[in-house]
Amino acid sequence: MEYTPQFSVVWNNLSLFWQGLVLTLQIVVVAISIGLILGILGALGRTSENRVLNGIAIAYVEFFRNTPFLIQLFFFFFGLPGLGIRMSSWQAAVLALSINFGAYATEIVRAGIEGIDKGQVEAGKALGFKPMQVFRHVVLIPALGNIYPALVSQVVIAVLFSSVVSQISAEELTFAGNYLQSRTFRSFEIYLAISVIYIGLVWFIKLVAFLIQRQFFAFTRYIR
Amino acid sequence: MQDFTLANILANLLIATRWTIALSAIAFFGGGIVGFIIMLMRISPNPIIRTISLIYVEIFEATPLLMQLFLVFFGISVLLGLNLSAWAAATIALTTYSSAFLADIWRGSVEAVPRGQWEASRALGLPYIKQLKRIILPQAVRMSIPSTVGFAVQVVKGTSLASVIGFIELTRSASSISNVTFQPFLVYSMAALIYFCLCFPLSLWSKHLEKKFSYEG
Repeated sequence: MEYTPQFSVVWNNLSLFWQGLVLTLQIVVVAISIGLILGILGALGRTSENRVLNGIAIAYVEFFRNTPFLIQLFFFFFGLPGLGIRMSSWQAAVLALSINFGAYATEIVRAGIEGIDKGQVEAGKALGFKPMQVFRHVVLIPALGNIYPALVSQVVIAVLFSSVVSQISAEELTFAGNYLQSRTFRSFEIYLAISVIYIGLVWFIKLVAFLIQRQFFAFTRYIR
Repeated sequence: MQDFTLANILANLLIATRWTIALSAIAFFGGGIVGFIIMLMRISPNPIIRTISLIYVEIFEATPLLMQLFLVFFGISVLLGLNLSAWAAATIALTTYSSAFLADIWRGSVEAVPRGQWEASRALGLPYIKQLKRIILPQAVRMSIPSTVGFAVQVVKGTSLASVIGFIELTRSASSISNVTFQPFLVYSMAALIYFCLCFPLSLWSKHLEKKFSYEG
């Protein structure tokens, strides 16, 4: 039997795809914001002298980096109600994505903190910079510049991972695709269109990230 | 009806773990072979071949693995009229996924080999293939091993998504068992622990190799 792709199913449902994209962005933006805070806290724990804090941070990072996101998601959504913690699928999705992102962000931020040379701080002081100026120009901005590429890749991974939350029926782009697929059976056209939207989104993020890097972190070319 | 004890659950999960390991191994080696070819294309002197491989990598790195699975399992089978099994679809999708990332990792290692090595071997009159085989790749392989092992962790974790299209591996089996026993907390914790036992040694090994090579280098 010959199968003829009919992309009208895509053109007729553009608003559905658009809604899905907006929901995906919402989930990702909230999750990355929470995840970044977790990552900074985790990095502070990882670099602290306190053994307990250090141990907790290591356990957090290793556990969440060495188990699949899908299992983490199922654990939060299906497992935690067993302890009396109930969440909507959206909350579970955001929570799982945040905690997962936080674990990777911890390692990235830690590398940034450890990458700052002590001698640079001393040099800054010797040049007569005030403490706040040293922190801003010698510590914070170079550290951000150093971790920026890794952080951008992690954001892209978070966008791609967000498609998995469709499996607990959290509404986003992939969920919209599954919904439409179950009604029209035009699986090839729909999943191809959704893939193209993800590719567009990821390339857009990479482009914006590149422009930001060129604008604010151009100096990283010289300190490497 | 059969009653599930803790040992029962663990035994069933471990049986399913075999398929997680098998799928990971196939995807990793299949991805390695395809990825190697893509990597060779990426460093090719021919700009057209370079662009094609660049597009391949950029497309597969920019789509969710879940979407690749859906496209192969539902999409391609409808389009080509093939009745792909979940096993075949998962293998294809995970292989292409791995190949894109491995190609990118290995290209990075090849480009990290100092330019002078190319020039010196060329000056010695080695043809391109021999330059690659004798001079460049042996050095690049050393550098790429830590990240390659690290990526194996991503492949093992990635196989959990094959559960979504009905391939029975660890995650799928955990879902079924938790549906029968009504103990999702326990079952998913155990599944997570099994994944951890598979992935953590690989992560440690990767970190160890990274340290070892960076001291020697």
